[in-house]
Amino acid sequence: MATRRLGAKKLRVLPGFKLTLGFTLFYLGLIVLIPLSAVFIKTSTLTWAQFSHTVFSPQALAAYRLSFGAAFFAAVVNAIFGLIVAWVLVRYNFLGKKLVDALVDLPFALPTAVAGITLATLYSPNGWIGGLLAPLGIKVAYTQLGIFVALTFIGLPFIVRTVQPVLEDFDPELEDAASSLGANRWQVFWRVIFPTLTPALLTGFALAFARALGEYGSVVFISSNIPMKTQIVPLLIMNELDGFQYAKATALAVVMLVISFLILLAVNVLQWWSNRYNTNNLA
Amino acid sequence: MSAAEKTNVPHRRTEPPFVRWLLIGIALAFIALFLVVPLVSVFAEGLRQGLGFYFQTLRDPLTVSAIKLTLIAAGIAVPLNCIFGVAAAWAIAKFDFRGKNILLTLIDLPFSISPVISGLIYVLVFGAQGWFGSWFSDHNIKIIFAVPGIVLATIFVTFPFVARELIPLMQAQGRTEEEAARVLGASGWQTFWRVTIPNIKWGLLYGVILCNARAMGEFGAVSVVSGHIQGQTNTIPLHVQILYESDNFAGAFAVASLLTFLALVTLVLKTWVEYKHDALRGTAFTPVPIVKNISEKL
Repeated sequence: MATRRLGAKKLRVLPGFKLTLGFTLFYLGLIVLIPLSAVFIKTSTLTWAQFSHTVFSPQALAAYRLSFGAAFFAAVVNAIFGLIVAWVLVRYNFLGKKLVDALVDLPFALPTAVAGITLATLYSPNGWIGGLLAPLGIKVAYTQLGIFVALTFIGLPFIVRTVQPVLEDFDPELEDAASSLGANRWQVFWRVIFPTLTPALLTGFALAFARALGEYGSVVFISSNIPMKTQIVPLLIMNELDGFQYAKATALAVVMLVISFLILLAVNVLQWWSNRYNTNNLA
Repeated sequence: MSAAEKTNVPHRRTEPPFVRWLLIGIALAFIALFLVVPLVSVFAEGLRQGLGFYFQTLRDPLTVSAIKLTLIAAGIAVPLNCIFGVAAAWAIAKFDFRGKNILLTLIDLPFSISPVISGLIYVLVFGAQGWFGSWFSDHNIKIIFAVPGIVLATIFVTFPFVARELIPLMQAQGRTEEEAARVLGASGWQTFWRVTIPNIKWGLLYGVILCNARAMGEFGAVSVVSGHIQGQTNTIPLHVQILYESDNFAGAFAVASLLTFLALVTLVLKTWVEYKHDALRGTAFTPVPIVKNISEKL
């Protein structure tokens, strides 16, 4: 590797480095970096009092609480069921397995607005599912429970898709070793397989959580968007935008961006951890 | 795993049948509840007022203009992001330079940003009170609440798709084939078209399929910059919203069924490309940072 790198540098037989890197940086700057910097520059023109008045208002605090709470519970549910789906897809054979495998990506492929109106209709008191729950006194659409349902839907693929490859690569000889040393099936799973899956599971969890925090399209229809009750942060930002309160919307956006970047950082650390974990296993 | 290996340890690598069927049952119930039922209900609700109403909604001039605008936005965003993806992958995979990891993280950035904020940033730059807003309005160019804003927002949300498929692929393929072609006398373009493109064609197609699905379906970001002018700045997802909010539920679901059909076609094409090129499996949509996918090779 080292010698080839050295050789490539000396020779530079391949053309186009300046052209492609130049275009990449130009396009990245134009489409992503300059517009994104506008959020921070616009916010820096606010005084601290103006900023804190917006981002710590009771309405904003209630929105953070709901956003974090609903995203967290949706990610927990997805972690549990996503692990089971991934396990079943890797380990067992059953009719329609390939179809289920392909279908898992539906929440990524289906436009969020479609998911939104569909879930709102299904879970409304006279919808297919809402109609079954209404006699039990459970209201889903237009409540916080509805937001949780929408966020569970959009987060579904993340854990399946992060756990699946790790489970496929798992060396079955480790299981044989454990069971020949007397571990029962549950012990093999809990003490041998599960620890290997943990970094992937946490990565999937963080990705699903991050996606749910920013989600707008699938929630806007199933939420009644009542401040303090069923308003998540993206809906609050949208409300401020509709009222042309750009400074307020931007201040809230900065808070959300900082939180997303922190989650991104956490995902990077988790990936590094899982890489190290896998190398240790091989050694 | 060979058959002999399997028979050596008949019971230990799997669970008792009862547990197996229970887990399969739970998984299928979860998938049915969250994926199959919503999928079926889109078409059922769309056809609720009959086939006549369904096709009448799809032929409505406002629906047609929404379809046209969506095709324009995707038709601009996908090729641009494709060129960007190839250029970025060429620079990153074929050359050594400092700051690669930072560049990779920045390319992935649009994935971790809320759609609402993705729209907001363009309002801040091009809106009436934005940085360049007054310059553009002096020259009679409308960006926000007009088609250019919709195109920009679409480019932003689909920015990483092609790049993040091609970078790991080209990184894994290395540089030797291109270097050999050059040494044998091929020009730069010949090398690119005859060696690189055949090598990356499946990855490129994969990225385009995913990029296009998101471009045609984007809602939040486009909603912020659109202004919702029927017949002018309405894309298909925004048209669905307008129909739904005006209580024309069957109409909203009829138009939504178009997007659902697009999603199903995307899944079929995606599965087909994965079948053709196994290395791509599992890379779709999942925003695991590309930095880490290729970190060992850097």
